[in-house]
Amino acid sequence: MCLAIPAQVKSIGEMNMSEVDIMGVSRHVSLDLVPDAKEGDWVLVHAGFAIQVVDEEYANETLELLKEMSMVEDEAGLAEGA
Amino acid sequence: MDLSGFRDPQIARNLIDAINATAVEPVKFMEVCGTHTVAIAKHGLRDVMPESITLLSGPGCPVCVTSNADIDTAIEFARQPGVIVTTFGDMMKVPGSYSSLSNEKADGRDIRIVYSPLDALDIAERNPESQVVFIGVGFETTVPVIASAIEQAAARGIENFSVFSAHKTVPEALRALVNDPDVQIGGFILPGHVSTIIGLEPYRFLAEEYSVPSVITGFEPIDVLQGVYMLAKQVAEGRAEVEIAYTRAVPPAGNPAAIAKMDEVFEPTDAEWRGIGVIPATGLAIREQYARFDALKRVPVQPPETKETKGCQCGEVLRGVTLPFQCKLFAKSCTPEHPIGPCMVSSEGSCAAYYRYTDYGKSA
Repeated sequence: MCLAIPAQVKSIGEMNMSEVDIMGVSRHVSLDLVPDAKEGDWVLVHAGFAIQVVDEEYANETLELLKEMSMVEDEAGLAEGA
Repeated sequence: MDLSGFRDPQIARNLIDAINATAVEPVKFMEVCGTHTVAIAKHGLRDVMPESITLLSGPGCPVCVTSNADIDTAIEFARQPGVIVTTFGDMMKVPGSYSSLSNEKADGRDIRIVYSPLDALDIAERNPESQVVFIGVGFETTVPVIASAIEQAAARGIENFSVFSAHKTVPEALRALVNDPDVQIGGFILPGHVSTIIGLEPYRFLAEEYSVPSVITGFEPIDVLQGVYMLAKQVAEGRAEVEIAYTRAVPPAGNPAAIAKMDEVFEPTDAEWRGIGVIPATGLAIREQYARFDALKRVPVQPPETKETKGCQCGEVLRGVTLPFQCKLFAKSCTPEHPIGPCMVSSEGSCAAYYRYTDYGKSA
C-alpha cells in the first residue's frame, strides 16, 4: 500500500495540480505535499499526490558506490566466491 | 531517471557475496512494509541469503493490521442510508467479523473504489445529497495525502465528505516488536516510503534505547540487498544506528511540508493492531478543528461485537512469530482465491506473497 512510483513533472497548473509522466503515461497529481517541486523534477507519486522529490544525483551516487564496492571485492576475489 | 542499475545482476551478485562474508552470527532482520514483503518474495531474495540471516515480515501491510473492529465499522458506514463509502481497492475483500466491503457491495451498498482521496472529493461534489465517507487506512506514506484532501474539502466548501481514520503510525509499533519476548529482532529493514515522509529521527530510539540496528531501505532488488548488507555490517561491527540506504528518496528530515499537514489535521491516539493489540499513540484521530470531516462524528454507527476467525494465524504472522506456511490453513483452506484472513487477502500480505512467489507449504 505504501507503493510510490517515480514520475517526472511536466507542467504545473492551477491549485497545485500538475501533469506528470509515469513511464510514458500522463497523469494529473497534486503537488500539495512538495511545494518546492519544479518542472522537470522527479517525484514519487502515491495515491494521486507527489510525496517527495527524488534526488537523481543520490541515485547515481549510490550506484557508483555499489559498483566501486564491487570492484574492490572483485580484486579481493570475493566475487569469484574464493 | 534510469533506475535499471538498481536491478543490475552483477551488483546484486557482489552484494550477496559481501553479505555472505559479513553475516557470520545467526541474526533475524525484519521488514515492516508490505512493499518490501512483495519485493523480497518476488525477487527470491530469501533464497540468496546466507543461512545465518533470516528475513522476517512484520506488521507492514496496513490492510492486514487493521483490526476486525475497524473493518466492521467501515462496513457499518456502508449500511447507512444516504452514505457512499469510498476506499482504496485493497480493503474490499478483507473480512471483518461477519462480512467484507466486497460482500456488502454485492448486496447493493454504494461502495466505490478510488485511486486517490481526491477522487472521493469529486464524488462528494457530484453527489451533494449523499455523505461520502472515505475509509482511511494506511501509514505515514498515506496520511499526509488524506490530510491534504481534508484541507482541500474545507477550502472547496465540500461539506458532505468525511474520513474514517483507521490510520496507523509505524515507529511505536517497532517498540512493541522489540519488547516482544517471542521474537528476537536483530535489525530492522525500515520502510522507505514511510520514511520519505517522517525521516530518520523517529526511529532513533531503536538504536539508543534498544541497541537494535536499522536501515531505511528502498524497494528495488539492489536497494533491499544494500539494506541487508548495511544491517549485517552494523551487526558485525557491533554498532546500532539508524542509517539510510535509500538516499535518493529519503532526506534525513523526511518531508517537513507533509509532516506539517499531517499534524495540522490529525492528532495521536491509541490504535488496535491485529495480532499485537492496542499500541498507545499509534493511531491518528481527526483534530476538533476538522471534526466536521470526521466520519465517526458525522455518521454515528454501532458496529456489532467483534469475532475473530478460527484457526487464522494472521496475528502471529504479523509479529514474525509464525511463518505463513507454518499456519495450518495456509495453501489448504486459505488461498488468494478463497482467503480466510487478511494476510492472504491483501496482495502485500505475507501469506499472499509466500503463496504467490514460493513453493513453501504447497504439496507437490
